[in-house]
Amino acid sequence: MENVEQLRQLKFRDPQRARALREALAAVVDRIDHTPVSVMHVCGSHEQAIAKFGLRAAFPAGLDVIMGPGCPVCVTDVPEVDEAVALAKAGVRIATYGDMLRVPGTAQSLGHARAEGAHVDVVYSITHAVELARTIDEPLVFFASGFETTAVATAAVLLGDPPANFSVLSAHKYIPPVMEIVAEMPGSRIEGFLAAGHAATITGSAVFEPFVAQHGVPVVVAGFEPLDILAGLVRLVELIEAGDARVENAYPRCVTREGNLAAQEQLWCVFKPTGGRWRGIAHVPNGNLRLRDEFAGWDARRRFDIDMSALWDHAPPALVGQCQCGDIMAGIASPSDCELFGKQCTPDEPVGACMVSSEGTCKIWHQYGGHPDLGPMAERRAS
Amino acid sequence: MTRNPQFVRDHIGIEYGAGGGAMRALIEQIFIGGMGKVEDGVGLAAMDDGAALRIGDRWLVITTDSHVIQPIRFPGGDIGRLSVAGTVNDLAMMGATEPLGLTCAAIIEEGFARADLEAVWQSIRRACEEAGTTVVTGDTKVMGRGELDGLVINTAGIGLTDRIITDKGLRPGDRLLVTGTMGDHGLAIMATRNELSIDTELKSDVAPINQLVRLGLAAGGNDVVALKDPTRGGLSSTLHEMADKSGVGIVIDEPSVPISNEARAIGELLGIDPLLVANEGKAVFGVRASAADAVLVALREHPLGRRAAIIGRCVDERPGQVVLDTGLGRRLLAEPAGKLLPRIC
Repeated sequence: MENVEQLRQLKFRDPQRARALREALAAVVDRIDHTPVSVMHVCGSHEQAIAKFGLRAAFPAGLDVIMGPGCPVCVTDVPEVDEAVALAKAGVRIATYGDMLRVPGTAQSLGHARAEGAHVDVVYSITHAVELARTIDEPLVFFASGFETTAVATAAVLLGDPPANFSVLSAHKYIPPVMEIVAEMPGSRIEGFLAAGHAATITGSAVFEPFVAQHGVPVVVAGFEPLDILAGLVRLVELIEAGDARVENAYPRCVTREGNLAAQEQLWCVFKPTGGRWRGIAHVPNGNLRLRDEFAGWDARRRFDIDMSALWDHAPPALVGQCQCGDIMAGIASPSDCELFGKQCTPDEPVGACMVSSEGTCKIWHQYGGHPDLGPMAERRAS
Repeated sequence: MTRNPQFVRDHIGIEYGAGGGAMRALIEQIFIGGMGKVEDGVGLAAMDDGAALRIGDRWLVITTDSHVIQPIRFPGGDIGRLSVAGTVNDLAMMGATEPLGLTCAAIIEEGFARADLEAVWQSIRRACEEAGTTVVTGDTKVMGRGELDGLVINTAGIGLTDRIITDKGLRPGDRLLVTGTMGDHGLAIMATRNELSIDTELKSDVAPINQLVRLGLAAGGNDVVALKDPTRGGLSSTLHEMADKSGVGIVIDEPSVPISNEARAIGELLGIDPLLVANEGKAVFGVRASAADAVLVALREHPLGRRAAIIGRCVDERPGQVVLDTGLGRRLLAEPAGKLLPRIC
């Protein structure tokens, strides 16, 4: 059993196949008449895999793989954090994911509020939070973050008749609309997108078809093993070379064109897309997922009168002004462009949201040695 | 030691015990000041595994280590076995592979069970037998309930060596070997603690390895130029220290690093790199290239060295840094920092 599992894993991490894909990638990048060829991924898990396996050092020099706004914790905007902090400081018990505890609001994070005595529980899933609510009498607000993948779990819980003392403060985000924003940014060089395989298992690859039709740039859905990413990039750059703007699915072992229809039905039964700011990026039309009127009884925004004004009297910490998280999430800057990275800003003492979450680009780069592009070295192999 | 500019804060956080840069800063800024210089030997300022004091034509090696692990009993060992292995191995890392004797001080919390104490003492005795040594003196204190967590054990050890092996003898071209699989101790402890209640066969590798090390030293002779046990901070911390003190870069061929299937699986599950967590029965050898194969063969002859492997080499580029060749690409190996693994050794 274990051997079967090992083989299954290794199949997508095989150095020989990786070398062949790297050579194919370099060849097609070479054939394109301009440099660099710029593509963007929109998923922290892609950056995790690229960093962990050292792929960035193996990409051809003429290929620029830009990290986009792929971290739901990171793009949770200051007012959303402020809502949770204000509720907590008003004495309402909050449950949320560990990462959300440390995302900075105007002056404070939920972690700060907890240190001052607010009641904040860290949970590993929304079902954890519901179980907790069932054991207590007081109201419990689940501060929910995540893209459509996680929002489905929230929807399923709300459709399952949760206890009356339970409610949701939704900071859920929806990825397709932000791709429009990034593609339309002035001076955008993005020629193609690598889309996240796990989100596409829910939405289906077809969700990107209107985007491709409108913007004329290809989208390739890719998985998270190193060979998935390399194969996805090869296909994406081939489409760029051919001038062929279309959606392709390079993760067919998990993703279909239609996606998970039952999950989609639940998602849109509970949530409606509304416009809202993503931290550091812009106002994103239809980028936020909020509860529909039918679920008002479980919507913390409608159950509580959230007064954030007291938070605005505090000045934000001085270093925040130098934080480049916004530009990093928009794909305009990289962590090494930030003066604070790895110095004043570390996972233990994060200044910006990108250093908080395991999906955040700064945290990922820091975890895997700081600067992924090592450049050439004289001696490559160890022995 | 230039790579550690961080300044120790007003209050000592848990990260200062994690074996990374914060701990080095603590030692450099608080403990070394004005002390620790040893003529013709190794003192505190060298921040090596132990000290070496000249006695005639040999050196007396001395080392001390406190053990505060939770849980006290864990898969593969307990605090008693760990206390012996830790000190015996630190002596061996300086070249003293035949310990003359150990001291053992126990600080016990009021209410600690007699049967548990006897079990710990039994495993101290067994580990001493394996290492070919014994406890020659000790001390006992009892503290009030809540003033410490169960049991703290400190051991010290002494041994003699004809040749001191430090962490700083590497030069470009040298090879790096490990004596077996990486990350077993740290991940086995994590698996017992994690709320996911993982069902695993993984055991700590805790063992005195002085006899294994003796085989390697005998085979390599003067061509063994660096030696260190990858305890807190794991292989990564050890390689960074070796690279830094020797002024070389190190390139590690990741597929060559032995990792058990269990440790790999738990590491993936918890998102923790086996190269960043503690081992308690392993050594990293730095060896001149011409002697690497001979040392490897000798290590593999010992039961604790069956999975020994050559994992990398020293280069003159990127002094102080460790580059990981993943087989798919390359990246820097990060040094463990922060609150990854408090209190596991």
